[in-house]
This record gives sequence, structure tokens and C-alpha cells, in this order.
Amino acid sequence: MAVSQTRDLGLPLIKLLRLKGVPILQQLHLEERLLRTSSDNWCIINDGTIDPTIVMGISGKPQELLEIESILRDDIPVIRRFTGGGTVIVDQGTIFVTFICNKDAVPGLQSYPQPIMSWSSLLYKKVFQGIGDFRLRENGILRAWRPQVWRECESITKNRWVHHTSFLWDYEISNMGYLKLPKRAPEYRQARDHLEFICRMKDYISRSSFIDRTIEAVGSEFLLRSAELEDAHCTLGSKFEPSSRLLRKQELGEAIFKSLTASQS
Amino acid sequence: MASKLWATRAASYLKISFQYRGFATVIKDLKYADSHEWVKVEGNSATVGITDHAQDHLGDVVYVELPDEGAEVKQGASFGAVESVKATSDINSPISGKVVEVNTKLNDSPGLVNASPYESGWIIKVEINNADEVKSLMDPDQYSKFCEEEDAKH
Repeated sequence: MAVSQTRDLGLPLIKLLRLKGVPILQQLHLEERLLRTSSDNWCIINDGTIDPTIVMGISGKPQELLEIESILRDDIPVIRRFTGGGTVIVDQGTIFVTFICNKDAVPGLQSYPQPIMSWSSLLYKKVFQGIGDFRLRENGILRAWRPQVWRECESITKNRWVHHTSFLWDYEISNMGYLKLPKRAPEYRQARDHLEFICRMKDYISRSSFIDRTIEAVGSEFLLRSAELEDAHCTLGSKFEPSSRLLRKQELGEAIFKSLTASQS
Repeated sequence: MASKLWATRAASYLKISFQYRGFATVIKDLKYADSHEWVKVEGNSATVGITDHAQDHLGDVVYVELPDEGAEVKQGASFGAVESVKATSDINSPISGKVVEVNTKLNDSPGLVNASPYESGWIIKVEINNADEVKSLMDPDQYSKFCEEEDAKH
């Protein structure tokens, strides 16, 4: 899709980087580098990642969140990412959308977790408008504007923030078996397992249409400039070492031991 | 109104200056950074934490990433992070020096940052390099005004 050339003056500039099938660890490293060493605003869309991969938040404990024995048996990679939030399993059916912005990029937006999430919710509301009602209602009461087709998380520095979202355009039911029910879950979730709580976006919208609508929504708030991966790498500081990493099998094995020890005490 | 009166009396009893504004509290004798950390300097030692304004805006803290003892911290630079509401937020040091102690209670009780940001929710203690750095920080009144202006803009 051609990026529209007609925009009002005064909108903040954002560089749009479209990727396809980039491994999630590589994407996370790029995001963290851009957060820490770039002064530009970025929107990164990664259409799928190659292999099924589990991605935990910064404080995630494998023994609490994962079915480790199954993960080791099936050789599923587990990553600890630099942002907060919960655990997801991503694969080629996942579409990733990330915003990396200066704290004053969006007028009137305070760079704290909830305002940023509210801002992104409004943006994605535009994307899904007329597609489906993903609002969570229980007993007729609106609990949350929380589509069960996406998971989001953030990292906020002194002058910038990153908000990344993984959209479940499609998923393998069997993959959800690698995840335990989180201890810290929102009240409305009420101990329902993952499959009760999520749905496939492909039942509502095509992949290309979702990406096009997302770009259009971003274009309503920013002045878009297409960028290539090489452009992103050129702006990066060479000294920065990203913190997102793959957990070693030994660490996962130790987590099983911790789990057994905890259950016996 | 009654709670404000109670808070004022409690503050007087505890001999702390308590500026109740209906939202974030600010403590006398501390200095404040524009990234919402506080520092208490005593000689060449300093204690650092995040302010009530910060913890209020971050939400429930579920994890604190602490630096190692012996690590160097630099004024204005990140030394750790707090996790809350699906987000990690950098903690920036208001002062330069060497970390001599970290609050290990935060490992099991990260919520202390919310419940007691200026007391038991302290984060690191630092052996400071240059006491003059404190001059660039805000006093309580300046910080209160800064928070009001920041909130009013959004």
C-alpha cells in the first residue's frame, strides 16, 4: 500500500518500518536499541515471526508461567524481554506492532503506563471500527476495552517510551498448552484459561487489511515516513547491548527444580 | 477534610513536614529530580527512591530491578527499573556515586514502593562523589509546583 503523501503540517514525524518474518528476538533487540539510542519516533510492523517462541516479561518466573517439561521436550525457545507484562507465545500467525516515541511526541500524552495504553487502545479502536466488538462485557457490564486478540506491554525511559503489541491473527491451540494460568491476572479473567480468553483475528479481518488499517490509523496521528531496516541500523549506537535474551536450557531446568522444591515445602 | 486534619496531626507527631495536596505528597528535607526520584543526603551518603507522584502514576509495582552493590550511578542516568501495569519504567539516579546498599526487601515486597515511597520503599543508598550535584535538584516546593504543572499539561 502506498503511504499517503497528503498530511497536515504539525503532526509529529514517525518512521514506519515494515518487516516480515523477522525473528522476535531480533525484533526486540532492534526495539530496545531504538528506544535507548535513537531520537526519532518509530512504528515497527513485523508480519509474523518464523518459529513458535515464548516471550516472558522482565520479571517472569518460568516455574510459575510455563509448562517447562513440555517446552524442553519440544525445544521451544523462551525469551525474557526488556518490557514488563505477561507471557505470550508467538509464531507466524502473530502480527507485531510497536511504537517507539519521544515522550512529547503525542501532544498531551503523559509518559506513564496507563495513559500510553489508553492512547493505543483508541488508536486500535479505529483499526477495528466496524470489524468486530472486542470489548469485554460480563453480565452486560463493560469490564474493559480489551480485545482478546492482542497482548501489549511497555517500557518507559526518562525521555522515550516503547509500546509493543502482539496481535493473534491466528494461533495453534496446541501452543497454548505451554503456558500456565498466570497468578497475577486481571479480575475479569476469573481464572479462565487462555483458550477461553482469546480469539483469532483472522475470523474478523484479513492480514493485509489489518496492517493497512493500522498504518492508516497511525497516519491519522503522525506524519509517516517509510524506512528500511538498514536505515534503523544506521541510527543505532554501537555500544548499547540489549537486555532481551534467550533463556538457556539449564536455566529452565533449574526452574523445574525450584518448582518442585516450592511444592514440597 | 477530616483525613487532612488527621494527616496534619500525624505529621506533627512524627515531626515530618507533610504537604497534603489531595494527591501526591512531598517530604521536606529531600531533594527531587524532574524524573520523579527523591534523594536524602546525609554527609557523603545518600538514599534514593521514587516519589509519591511517581508511584501513584505508575500503579501497583510488582517488581523492582535493583543494581548490584558496588555499581556506579550517574546523575540523570538509569540504574534500575520498576515494573507495573505491563510496563517497566526506568529509575534514574538524582546523584552520582557508588551503590553501597540496595533495599533487598523490595525483592519480596515490591509494593513497599507504593505503600511507603519515602520510607521503607527506598531503593538504593549511594556513597556520593560530588555533593554539589544536589544544587541542581528541586526543593520540595519547586517539585510540588513541577508536578502540578506537569499534570495540568495533560
